[in-house]
Amino acid sequence: MSVDIAVIDYGMGNLRSVSKAIEHVAPAASVVVTSDPEVIAEAGRVVFPGQGAARDCMHEIDARGLRQVIVDAARSKPFLGICMGMQVLFEHSEEGDTACLGILPGTVRHFPHEAMRDDRGNKLKVPHMGWNNVHQAAPHPLWVGIEEGARFYFVHSYFVQPTAPDVIAGFSHYPFPFTCAVATGSIFAVQFHPEKSQNDGLTLLGNFVTWNPGERDSACDMSGAACA
Amino acid sequence: MLAKRIIPCLDVTHGRVVKGVNFVELKDAGDPVEIARRYNEAGADELTFLDITASSDDRDLILHIIEAVAAEVFIPLTVGGGVREVGDVQRLLNAGADKVSINTSAVVNPQLVKDASDRYGSQCIVVAIDSKRVGDHWEVFTHGGRKATGLDAIEWAKKMESLGAGELLLTSMDRDGTKSGFDLELTRAISDAVDIPIIASGGVGTLQHLVDGVKEGRADAVLAASIFHFGEYGIDEAKKYMKQHGIEVRL
Repeated sequence: MSVDIAVIDYGMGNLRSVSKAIEHVAPAASVVVTSDPEVIAEAGRVVFPGQGAARDCMHEIDARGLRQVIVDAARSKPFLGICMGMQVLFEHSEEGDTACLGILPGTVRHFPHEAMRDDRGNKLKVPHMGWNNVHQAAPHPLWVGIEEGARFYFVHSYFVQPTAPDVIAGFSHYPFPFTCAVATGSIFAVQFHPEKSQNDGLTLLGNFVTWNPGERDSACDMSGAACA
Repeated sequence: MLAKRIIPCLDVTHGRVVKGVNFVELKDAGDPVEIARRYNEAGADELTFLDITASSDDRDLILHIIEAVAAEVFIPLTVGGGVREVGDVQRLLNAGADKVSINTSAVVNPQLVKDASDRYGSQCIVVAIDSKRVGDHWEVFTHGGRKATGLDAIEWAKKMESLGAGELLLTSMDRDGTKSGFDLELTRAISDAVDIPIIASGGVGTLQHLVDGVKEGRADAVLAASIFHFGEYGIDEAKKYMKQHGIEVRL
């Protein structure tokens, strides 16, 4: 029997928080944490989390033979990337000069040391750790029920720079604006941790487990038009 | 803008929170899961559990507690106490901890900090530094502040950052339990010396102390136990006070 939601396990970090939060918002769904390509291929939805270093992540993905099934899942079914699971969707990461999956055009960069000052001149720490405001760049079914500017929990030292601005679904400031959510087709990916962002995080996960990215959604993602 | 964090700390032994927690209408003042739930509802930004169990027999109890809390409280959870090897880090992360705090073992075996952060990422490795003023500098102490190490706290903080710590939990042993406020000079010296976030701890007695920790001590987060446990102040009250004093918080 195929599972409703597969959480991809490639040995990078703690996946229990992710699976517990999804079980919490979808108590009737079958949720599995898996590194089995067949289970991922047959799942209705896929969550792609991840922590740690980009080079290790890519190594583990290939060591487990997961590259193709991740690429296929991202193009064919509701797919949620979280943190490192967002970053490695892009072409290249500065972290360890790592070639990534290349599903989305763009690169991953480190917060530049010289820019890390707030408007009062105080040093800003890296990693960017804690609760920051997320601004919704475009309407999307996964933002439904979440206020513009709501705070989500972040912990990261690298951020994505998409080549195509039309995939940007959300941004945050530290201290400059950076992309913290991208959406295109059946892909939604976030730099923050919805599984650790209390009620708003659970709302986003709840939206994901019922999201049906049809043609209409894709069309309005692309144009930035209201999806209501 | 990134918010400064308020982190209640729960000391756990034999599966129970000690020091007691006086929430109104709390059925069981020692149940860690119930207390965690209540702090989550009150708006805590993270929770820290410190396992102060002395005997190894009871060490698995903390794992069950973290599992239970992680199943219903969806904010970051840090667990410290008795972390001696990479396997301990792994067990705590698997139970649902998001970060693991390493204290005495970082001094005994600094390589543990490197091994754990290489394996699981810096974001989940917190190094706890207990420090006391000795003469004209601050020295690192271990074993709950009983054992001097001869290490300079500022140099030690830099070394822990270079080995891969993602955050430092800095406790002033001079101030801990005194309710006279953080050691602001120490907090600021360490915060200025490293690029990673600092959690200030030890000495909070009033809400103004939290403000001072951020503004004067340049802490990225403030940790407190007794002022929240005994109901002197609520988390929301603390956040409103900080906001009134120009500090960005999550309300």
